[in-house]
Amino acid sequence: MRAMVYRGPYRIRVEDKPRPVIEHPNDAIVRVTRAAICGSDLHLYHGMMPDTRVGMTFGHEFIGVVDEVGPSVRTVQAGDRVMVPFNIFCGTCFFCARGLYANCHNVNPNATAVGGIYGYSHTCGGYDGGQAEYVRVPLADVGPSSIPDWMDDEDAVLLTDAVATGYFGAQLGDIAEGDVVVVFGAGPVGLSAAASAWLMGAGRVIVIDHLEYRLAKARSFAHAETYNFAEYADVVVLMKELTDRIGADVAIDAVGAEADGNLLQHITSAKLKLQGGSPIALNWAIDSVRKGGTVSVMGAYGPMFSAVKFGDAMNKGLTLRMNQCPVKRQWPRLFEHVRNGYLKPRDLVTHRIPLEHIAEGYHIFSAKLDGCIKPLVVTDAA
Amino acid sequence: MAYTPHKPPNPETSEELRARIPGWGADLDPANRPAVPKEVYEPHPYGAVWEIPESQPEKWPRERSIEHASVTPVFGTSCPPRGASGLIRKLAYRRYSEGRAAHWLLLIAADRVDTVGSTARSFVSKHPDNPLIETGILAEVSHHGLRSRRHQKRADLIHQSLDPLIVAGPWVVAGLLGYRTVRRLGRSLRKVSRSRGAGRSPRAW
Repeated sequence: MRAMVYRGPYRIRVEDKPRPVIEHPNDAIVRVTRAAICGSDLHLYHGMMPDTRVGMTFGHEFIGVVDEVGPSVRTVQAGDRVMVPFNIFCGTCFFCARGLYANCHNVNPNATAVGGIYGYSHTCGGYDGGQAEYVRVPLADVGPSSIPDWMDDEDAVLLTDAVATGYFGAQLGDIAEGDVVVVFGAGPVGLSAAASAWLMGAGRVIVIDHLEYRLAKARSFAHAETYNFAEYADVVVLMKELTDRIGADVAIDAVGAEADGNLLQHITSAKLKLQGGSPIALNWAIDSVRKGGTVSVMGAYGPMFSAVKFGDAMNKGLTLRMNQCPVKRQWPRLFEHVRNGYLKPRDLVTHRIPLEHIAEGYHIFSAKLDGCIKPLVVTDAA
Repeated sequence: MAYTPHKPPNPETSEELRARIPGWGADLDPANRPAVPKEVYEPHPYGAVWEIPESQPEKWPRERSIEHASVTPVFGTSCPPRGASGLIRKLAYRRYSEGRAAHWLLLIAADRVDTVGSTARSFVSKHPDNPLIETGILAEVSHHGLRSRRHQKRADLIHQSLDPLIVAGPWVVAGLLGYRTVRRLGRSLRKVSRSRGAGRSPRAW
């Protein structure tokens, strides 16, 4: 089969790889029809995530058709059109039994701090991902779900991570009616978080980024008030001015490890790998939110330490909430929101790239060329 | 103002927002939010019929965090550890917990060793690495590289100029080292052949 393969920092290519096989009785093999490149894939692509091995196939956002199932699989069968959450989870460990599906303890021998994620380094379990023609889906009785007949493929693939994560991030903000919510980052997760904040009754939603085309999308997709931080001397002061010196009630970090806005932070993390991530957006969130407010962290960071301003967080009495999104738990309600037209995931898609040209897709997304917000990967099976 | 008890009013009221934004307030009641409460006890959700999943066979002694009691019942088999990078990875897993910086720094070092080794090996394979294709840099031409940056207030333009250095730097260094090695080898060979020739010449006379 054809599959995207990592060759080293900033280098990927498409190769022939053996088709995955059933390795566990509850495995399924899925023929991928649509995959997406996620902002967090760029951390792998840039060589920031420890234990990213040459030869790995990335991709944790994908949908497809079940091609084969293991002997113990009962809930899906060959031919089913399925969407697969980015989390691999067992459903029954201590953590899954409490709904923390992103924190499963039975699927990642390489680390206890993070669960299993498709195509996301060996630190996240060493599973190949879905930027390929076929992918192994472990514990198929628990993870994948049939795509509802009425749902568009592009909506479905966006619900496997980006939109679900944004929706989850807004929930972690504990938004109350009339709250002022500031979202740092106007990528697919930030845009989804901003749109979701309204569903939870926000009174004002502000989105901060430095890419004008993404801020335009924040205005149209998420009905948000927007500011380009590159045009202001100090974004924290801007936030205080916008809120009568109080600060936002809720701040959401939807940027993560490769944030811009502070050259020293960016270079020490994204370029020199001396930090687990560049916490610029997180520090802005801490300083922009009001005393007693809530910071929700949806941006992904590596396992190494990062220079986060915990002193300010403590002195302000903040609540910091974060997790990888337990995707499947969000789906029933998210499906309703998509069906009602409250959230329109496919409106985020800007590029549809054939698998054979995926290296260019990564460069376009990484360098933010051509108005790129969300690139999808289309296989020949689509 | 922050200096008085009152919260300033938002630019729009809830009624105005409900009229303007489709779905405004649909999840106002926390009971409608699937992530609330954080933990909900449901021991066998979806199709999980097991207490613990059956164990997947190990094709090689699977590296694991020493914070785990044993290898987990399900795991990925993407890229088994190999060569020098594999030895470094095994050391990182065997000796250091996830709480130690040494664990992660060794794994990052192993990643770099893996990249150098794999790139070198590719040149004696049927599929040598091609940085022009693999970096996707050709998209700069096909997808408006210049226009995407010109006249834009983008905060990433300063450090983007470092990317070519990071990507091309190792190739340039490797090329220079290769060139110097080949040149030295050539000189040594010429020296040897000259000295052999010099040794033979008296006899020839």
